[in-house]
Amino acid sequence: MADRKIRILVAKPGLDGHDRGAKVVARALRDAGFEVIYTGIRQTPAMIAEAALQEDVDVVGLSILSGAHMTLCPKVVDLLRGQGQDDVTVLVGGIIPDEDVAPLQAAGVQGVFGPGTSTQDIIEFIRTAVI
Amino acid sequence: MPKSLPPSQLIPRLLAGDRLALSRAISRVEDGGDNARELLAGVFPHTGRGHLIGITGAPGTGKSTLVTGLVQAYRAAGLTVAVLAVDPTSPFTGGALLGDRVRMSKLSGDAGVFVRSMATRGSLGGLAGATADALLLLDAAGYERILIETVGVGQAEVEIAGTAHTTVVVEAPGLGDEVQAIKAGVLEIADIFVVNKADRPGVERTVGALELMLHMADGTPRQLFHHGQLLEVAAAPLEDESDGWQVQVFKTVAASGGGIPEVMAEIERHRLWLAENGRLAARERLRMARSVEQIVQAELLRRLRAALPADSLAELVEEVAARSLDPYAAAEQILDRMG
Repeated sequence: MADRKIRILVAKPGLDGHDRGAKVVARALRDAGFEVIYTGIRQTPAMIAEAALQEDVDVVGLSILSGAHMTLCPKVVDLLRGQGQDDVTVLVGGIIPDEDVAPLQAAGVQGVFGPGTSTQDIIEFIRTAVI
Repeated sequence: MPKSLPPSQLIPRLLAGDRLALSRAISRVEDGGDNARELLAGVFPHTGRGHLIGITGAPGTGKSTLVTGLVQAYRAAGLTVAVLAVDPTSPFTGGALLGDRVRMSKLSGDAGVFVRSMATRGSLGGLAGATADALLLLDAAGYERILIETVGVGQAEVEIAGTAHTTVVVEAPGLGDEVQAIKAGVLEIADIFVVNKADRPGVERTVGALELMLHMADGTPRQLFHHGQLLEVAAAPLEDESDGWQVQVFKTVAASGGGIPEVMAEIERHRLWLAENGRLAARERLRMARSVEQIVQAELLRRLRAALPADSLAELVEEVAARSLDPYAAAEQILDRMG
């Protein structure tokens, strides 16, 4: 496994169509040497879990600005685990109020990144989370 | 399922249609090494059933959208389909942004479709080094039609023709003139031409340029007016009498599905044509010979690197850089040491 590449799915669930942040992060992850699979906007949790399965990713990064993260994130985690993808790390970035961080982590979202996070922090987090 | 599941457990699951096992197996062959070899040995006897369809063309001609339309058409015909979409790896960072799924979201939620993105990881020629191996896995998993979307190619990335059974070259209006159409390279590998975005201006000019090139190739005598004079263009001799496949040009508007059923029908016609008179068997033998040769090359290079002390190669490079040794002599020395 000398050449093992870290593969990351970047997806935008829900109905808001602002994917600029997701694209900036996707590009930063590419420049960090990861293989980034970008799926675009308006993805359902089922579409995201299916794409993660077909692409065999190590990380699923969700970008959510609509406020629906408490519904969408746990759904994605549950679907991934239901498919046997137990070792896939789930991250969320976007507008997430502080009080939601602990419940999201309890639901299996390992990383929560709010506005102002540097892309370097996300890259470091991924390098540590995926061994 | 742990990422580290051994090949001996992945193989039976993959053959039984477990999609996660298939997906993990593709990653293993991409990473290479002993696991990859064990996996491929295990699935190889179960391959040779799927029809491999290459889709190639310049960036922006609409390959992903055309692939999506073709998958939908095949699904409507009741066939299972896998897609391998190749995008470039950055030669600077080793990273890649694989974006073909953006235009394929319509294919989501169908258990008869499997879409996988693949980075070239340093390989040139329009495909990834592990493309052929990944195709074997998709074939063994039972997909009946397997579409391979190459990276957006320029003129000489023709590797797909040695990998696929049927090669579709996609063009779009306004990308080049008649001289582009008679250049060597990508245009020579087409079994089928598609001019996509056929609702745009200039489509007839593109179709005309391709058809002119094809008629020059297939030996049909023609007459044309040139500076007011009627010229006779003699028939060029056919290179191979038995190879009578007529390449045709199809117009599509993939975004709205226009022209897709005709392209699918043509791919199927080519598939049946190959199946006649042992043509497919002949193509398969060429493919296999090429595959074995590539493996030998890669393995020889690996053994050479392992056998050579790292600094001895650097020393030789220094001598070449100093012009005290020429590159051929340096290569000779390396090969001599290998014995």
